[in-house]
Amino acid sequence: MSLNKRYEFVILFDVENGNPNGDPDAGNMPRIDPETGHGIVTDVCIKRKIRNYIEVVEGEKQGFDIYVKNGAVLNEQHRKAYEAFDLKPENKKLPKDEKVAKELTGYMCKNFYDIRAFGAVMSNEVNCGQVRGPIQLNFGRSIDPIFSQDLTITRCAVTNIKDLEKGQTMGRKQVVPYGLYRMEGYVSAHLAEKVTGFSEEDLNILWNALINMFEYDHSASRGKMATRKLFVFEHETSLGNAPSYKLFDLIKIERKDKSKPARNFGDYEINIDDNNLPSGVKLIEKL
Amino acid sequence: MGFTLRVWGDYACFTRPEMKIERVSYDVITPSSARAIFEAIHWKPAIKWVIDEINVIKPIKFQTILRNEVNNIISEKAIKNSIKNPNDSFYIDTNKNRQQRNSMILRDVEYVIKAHFEMTKYAGESDDEKKHYNIFLRRARNGECFNQPYLGCREFSCNFELLEDEDFLPLNETKDLGWMLYDIDFVKESDSYKKVEKYNPIFFRAEMVEGKICIPKDLQKGVNK
Repeated sequence: MSLNKRYEFVILFDVENGNPNGDPDAGNMPRIDPETGHGIVTDVCIKRKIRNYIEVVEGEKQGFDIYVKNGAVLNEQHRKAYEAFDLKPENKKLPKDEKVAKELTGYMCKNFYDIRAFGAVMSNEVNCGQVRGPIQLNFGRSIDPIFSQDLTITRCAVTNIKDLEKGQTMGRKQVVPYGLYRMEGYVSAHLAEKVTGFSEEDLNILWNALINMFEYDHSASRGKMATRKLFVFEHETSLGNAPSYKLFDLIKIERKDKSKPARNFGDYEINIDDNNLPSGVKLIEKL
Repeated sequence: MGFTLRVWGDYACFTRPEMKIERVSYDVITPSSARAIFEAIHWKPAIKWVIDEINVIKPIKFQTILRNEVNNIISEKAIKNSIKNPNDSFYIDTNKNRQQRNSMILRDVEYVIKAHFEMTKYAGESDDEKKHYNIFLRRARNGECFNQPYLGCREFSCNFELLEDEDFLPLNETKDLGWMLYDIDFVKESDSYKKVEKYNPIFFRAEMVEGKICIPKDLQKGVNK
């Protein structure tokens, strides 16, 4: 069934001794807002994790393929796809026929979860080769300014034989001792219904993905990351019953003891002002 | 019939077309981007939004961000091939098609935008100005929208509020913003509003006078008739 309600969500995730999202501009140090020192996690970083989760957990199901993948599996099909992908100038034109174009986008939406959720640019013309998905994510920001540390590590083996006499090589690791991040997102029922066919089942999978995405993303650089809270605002109607910023403002997160730096989730207090919840909006605490 | 909308957000990127590989934002919102905000709240083929005035409220500040992006788009041929041979799955390999692109984006923006709508030739019998006026009024007052509007790119979502009587204070700054995109002129092929034959970008000389940018009347009339 297609979605018929608008949703907004607030997701809280934290990191312990890890790097949630490296900045390629700053030698892979954690992203920081230069003005305030708050940590940033980009929307695309989280979208990547959602895609990876879907691929691992739902990937076997028909219609849950992922279009933008990490290329871990290299097989024959993949190579073929590459040949098909070779964009030559004469292919750059959109099919003039509206019906054909619609068929193509419909096929893509039906088969790929990420296209259904986030949309995709399927041609370089603006007309109908481009779908906007219902899910929209903002940048995630840390509640407090983050402190990031550059740790030097050593490796007792060397890569090149000529370095053998050095004995060991040095490397670097960038970590945030602790950071609690807040990210906000939107689900447009209209784009779900009219454009990509994102369904209620898809939405439930999205909530699961948001809750569990870090469980499938452990690595040496991430440290301990986890989704801590997922608040969902459900409107009664597809257009919504209240402005989103008013809903987001109902959830306040503060550090309990301002004199000490935060080192775990327990150092924060979450206040939900649900007395002021506008009528027609339901707050669901998914996690 | 016109409306005044206050829009604001943490980030914005109104990409300059001449610098769009490594995106560089214009100093302020473009009329075309402002139009899209109104359209995200309410739009039908029967109406056309026209931006009259953009008021800049907060100082213009930039920030850069470098992100990993993909350098490919789906080709029609690949989709057709996959329809024909269902076993040939395909996808973009993010490790191989990676491209690091820098964006110079705006920080902490707020605008007060005045706009009005006009009826188009696609209006049906049941379409009249009053109806669309009231739909927009209701939606903007209640925060209803078709999709969450955004400031140039979808990751930079924007908050909106209808200004009915409240006053606002524009930025006290006068600046020549140079040539700026007004909108894309969608030249229609036939009577259908969907079939677009040509996309002509139209530029104008934007000047911010004490925080206010007025849109020339001849542009409003001439583009997207």
